[in-house]
Amino acid sequence: MRAFEFVRADTADAAVRTVAAHPEAKFLGGGTNLVDLMKLGVERPDLLVDVTRLPFGSVDVEPGGTVRIGTNVRNSALAAHPAVRTGLPVLSQALLAGASGQLRNMATVGGNLLQRTRCVYFQDVTKPCNKREPGSGCPARQGVHRNLAILGASEDCLATHPSDLAVALAALDARVAITGPDGNRDIPLAQLHRLPGDHPEQDTTLRHGDLITSITVPPLAFAERSAYRKVRDRASYAFAVASVAAALDVDDGVVRDIRLAFGAVAHKPWRAHAAEEALRGQPATAASFRAAAETELAAAETLRDNGFKVPLIINIIVRTLGDLAGERS
Amino acid sequence: MSVTHIGAVGSDLGRIEGPAKVTGEARYAAEQDHLHDVAYVWPVQSRIAKGTVRWIDDDPIRALPQVLAVLTPDNAPRLQPPDDGELAVLQSRTVSYRGQFVAAVVAQTLETAREAAGQLQVDYDSESHDVQLTADHSQLYRPGEPDAGFVSDTDEGDVDAALETAAFSVDHTYETPAQHNNPMEPHATLAVWDGDELTLYDSNQGAYSVQQSLAKLFGLDPAAVHVLNEHVGGGFGSKGTARPNAVLAAMAARVVQRPVKLALHRHHMFAVVGYRTPTIQRIRLGADADGRLSAIAHDVVEQTSTVLEFVEQTAVATRLLYAAPNRRTTHRIARLDVPTPRWMRAPGECPGMYALESAMDELAIECGLDPIEVRIRNEPHCDPETGKPWSSRSLVECLHRGADLFGWAERDPRPATRTEGSWQVGTGVAASTYPAYAAASSATARADADGTYRVRITASDIGTGARTALTQIAAGALHVPTDLVRVDIGDSAFGQATIAGGSMGTASWGWAVTKACVELREEVERRGDIPGDGIEVRAETSAEIKARTGYTFQGFGAQFAEARVNVDTGEVRVPRLLGMFGVGRIINPRTARSQLIGGMTMGLSMALHEEGVLDPAFGDYVNHDLAEYHVATCADVTDIRAQWLDEQDQHVNPMGSKGIGEIGIVGTAAAVANAVHHASGVRIRDLPIRLDKLLGRLPTRIG
Amino acid sequence: MTEAIPGTRVRLQVNGQPHELDLDNRTTLLDALREHLGLTGAKKGCDHGQCGACTVLADGRRINACLVFAVAAQDVEIQTIEGMSYDGTPHPMQQAFLDRDAFQCGYCTPGQICSAVGMLEEFDQGWPSAVTAGEQPTALEADEVRERMSGNLCRCGAYMNIVPAILDVAVSSARGLTPPGPPAPRSAAPQKPPAGGAAPGSRAVTS
Repeated sequence: MRAFEFVRADTADAAVRTVAAHPEAKFLGGGTNLVDLMKLGVERPDLLVDVTRLPFGSVDVEPGGTVRIGTNVRNSALAAHPAVRTGLPVLSQALLAGASGQLRNMATVGGNLLQRTRCVYFQDVTKPCNKREPGSGCPARQGVHRNLAILGASEDCLATHPSDLAVALAALDARVAITGPDGNRDIPLAQLHRLPGDHPEQDTTLRHGDLITSITVPPLAFAERSAYRKVRDRASYAFAVASVAAALDVDDGVVRDIRLAFGAVAHKPWRAHAAEEALRGQPATAASFRAAAETELAAAETLRDNGFKVPLIINIIVRTLGDLAGERS
Repeated sequence: MSVTHIGAVGSDLGRIEGPAKVTGEARYAAEQDHLHDVAYVWPVQSRIAKGTVRWIDDDPIRALPQVLAVLTPDNAPRLQPPDDGELAVLQSRTVSYRGQFVAAVVAQTLETAREAAGQLQVDYDSESHDVQLTADHSQLYRPGEPDAGFVSDTDEGDVDAALETAAFSVDHTYETPAQHNNPMEPHATLAVWDGDELTLYDSNQGAYSVQQSLAKLFGLDPAAVHVLNEHVGGGFGSKGTARPNAVLAAMAARVVQRPVKLALHRHHMFAVVGYRTPTIQRIRLGADADGRLSAIAHDVVEQTSTVLEFVEQTAVATRLLYAAPNRRTTHRIARLDVPTPRWMRAPGECPGMYALESAMDELAIECGLDPIEVRIRNEPHCDPETGKPWSSRSLVECLHRGADLFGWAERDPRPATRTEGSWQVGTGVAASTYPAYAAASSATARADADGTYRVRITASDIGTGARTALTQIAAGALHVPTDLVRVDIGDSAFGQATIAGGSMGTASWGWAVTKACVELREEVERRGDIPGDGIEVRAETSAEIKARTGYTFQGFGAQFAEARVNVDTGEVRVPRLLGMFGVGRIINPRTARSQLIGGMTMGLSMALHEEGVLDPAFGDYVNHDLAEYHVATCADVTDIRAQWLDEQDQHVNPMGSKGIGEIGIVGTAAAVANAVHHASGVRIRDLPIRLDKLLGRLPTRIG
Repeated sequence: MTEAIPGTRVRLQVNGQPHELDLDNRTTLLDALREHLGLTGAKKGCDHGQCGACTVLADGRRINACLVFAVAAQDVEIQTIEGMSYDGTPHPMQQAFLDRDAFQCGYCTPGQICSAVGMLEEFDQGWPSAVTAGEQPTALEADEVRERMSGNLCRCGAYMNIVPAILDVAVSSARGLTPPGPPAPRSAAPQKPPAGGAAPGSRAVTS
């Protein structure tokens, strides 16, 4: 690990100014991913600005029902929050499906969104990786890619985004509040993460010095009928092989509205707009769920070892939506 | 020599070192108190799989603050040539696999050592490498001698002819991947020189063996090397002999002339400490109309490195498990540019029995017989390979008793017939077996005037409960309560003793302890009192071990599994595992049960999770951490039970005990695979049984 | 690294005792405990938050000490396995692990015990788990314990004994988290909820 200076920020402005002034500085949140990557030599900041003591540690339900989540809220606290547990089950379930009790106690919400890929080439500094070292190549295409992207990948990069939380937030149309060197802004989560394209080194649209301060989840009338289904290679404490976040509004056997997002299939949480569109107004049956899923997955491009993700995602969509449709209130 | 015991043996005495372990007071190798003068060494690993180190730019690293030394093949202390090439650390510029140590940095702090090692620039002349094992690899050859002294091939009768005329036959290839031992405590060494005397606090399975190896390497009298391993955080074979960490720490400490600590990183362990070889195993079985085997053939292909020829004895259990007049086993091996595979819990039996016991299940289905019945019909009355009688063999009883406890009788043999919600449910069975070895060891027993006893033996407790079991054995032989006996282990100064390996620790050490304690008791009885300076007796067992012939000594068991396969995802869960074992007398039911369940837990992990993923382009195991190399978590283990028969065996050793450290992992994966087949109708012939292998073969869902 | 290596005089509160250490900023809490304070109870199994052997309590919450820089752990009350027993009397969780033979090699054990103590506190506060699917749990069942303890790997395979040991503690002493002896000076009290403070019904806890 490269040696680094350490400062603890007293205000968000000071934190932003400090990082903006140091090209190789990083914000330090819960550390569960950054410290890991620093040990691996993947991240090599020369200055860490600890933002965990900034006053972004609460979950507030605003008038009108929007839930505002401070960036420093720990994953475990968010999952346990009554408004989340009962009002946004997909969010609570996604959080609880991630990592371990210890890591959930450490990881902040903002940091969770900024996790970097688990691709084994990205994590090994002795090998090429376009995300880590632009232009060095992507050995994953021929090499180990069983758990890499089937949607939205590029020639340069097959990375997947590892967060569970982000998938639920993507389904819920969450927004992200950012303070940065150029002031404050508020963007849809859908515009935070990006596809790799020619610049896989850029996970997000954030600029150096941008600090996420909160995430807002707008009210959704049928959010209580939502679920997160994660498939992984062991019963717990593993990254997703595939996951689905879904919220479903069924009226008289017909899909009135739906929110659907996938995890572990792309460089970003994958919002399934095509499937949603295909389902609205359709009968809430396994056949239409499957047809919609297949519509979304028609764009999938698979490699030697990750083709199984297509039927896997389709099957868990059908099952999850079927379960939600069966939960008539 | 017979043993009279008075209650100590067979009682469920709690672990002697238990309080130290639950309070954090137990100190493992890297935890000795050298806070103020210790330096840290961090290895630099090769980035190529084959070639030579051309140049190492060590001067800039040496100039960094806190860096004490950079060790390279050019400046590292010269060692005597070892038998095990992995111990020739930094003795040549040759690179034999990716991840091999090619240099090391010693620094005042751990942080600087690691960073500086990462900064060290090493240039290579690389050659094309060959790292992929295939069934028809051009470099396959017949090895001289597989591990543990077996012959590579056996051939009895005419297998091919028997197969041609068999009423029922099975011919399938089963594959197991590389598996990594991953004890929770990474290999670690603290090396301290005092002049020409070396003390190593080292995490290993045998302090005596490490002492001998290190003395030879450094050209020292063994008495000048002192190896301590009071507590060891697991090994599972990977700490069975000295590993490169011990050598590198000792070298570094000599160079910088202060104590040096080397705690391997988890990543290092996927390259330099050994792993279970991948195997490709073809099994052919032929049976008559009644399901009686006429032929068994087991042909194994596996890998080793160019550093050391290690040959896993994968087919040896097949030689003795079932009666068949025509039997053939072969081992073929390819020397690849890969890390050296070594022992991992039940090397040989574990992957071999996955294949054989899967094939037996397939044969049972071919014959239309219950899988228990087909095994019973093939029970041999003596060791089929040697003709020797069994010292004891309880496989059939294990099958019967286990079946009763598991509820096997209610099983509908048809596969894929039971569904609960999204889950298909099935059950499976497999046999377990493992040899009951023993090796010569020595022990000292001492009686003191205050009425207490002290036993010293270079045993290792790697979590087995050896310290506790030996205390019970000693107390039993001395005819005194256990609280009057102190057993000291984990110190090479106590003399020759075998390693904690081959499931023979308790048998071997217990034999020496028994002999010393019986002699001491007789001496005390003869004298009538204990003099002020005490009485000490030393015993060793090479004569007894040499005389141990005339029988085949082998433990047996039966394992039963329930498996559930998710029809949507192919996810597999194993809600129930039951093992019934015939393993002689149980010295301590408490620790024995833990060990057997532990083996089965690792077997479950092998069945469902474990796979070292080799990257052909680079030649390394890429999933080299515990996030990507999955072992079973708490949530994967629902109900694993181990029980045993009251097996009496007066031939095996004075305690009547057979080893239990490894048999628990033998057969588990087959029982699970057989249960998965029964649940889903899908036969998985390559481990691990992962969802992507099942998914496409499950019935398509409606919708 | 040609210049001096940046370091900080770090104040750590460990098991109720204050410590001041001059540390490289890169030093993790785990390495500070093990290499600088000689508190080797917290183990290093993976150094990347993938095994749980380094689990300690920070302000009463279980965390992986390997992923925290010591310099960032100032003003946090750390409790390690060494602070669990009091005056030679084991913590009920330590005793339960002994009674159930809930370990073999012992290397994951301090982390398991610290994690179990922290986990029961989380359960007591009504925190959900993947098993409860987001619902508030009502009774601590074995499947709950298994899920909640999955961040602590045990390669010896002692899970079958670890779970009953934890259930023993949960059942026997209503909350079972107060060790014998005076808790205040050596415990992790008073404890703050984790940042976010959103734990339902959160209350001061002594563990």
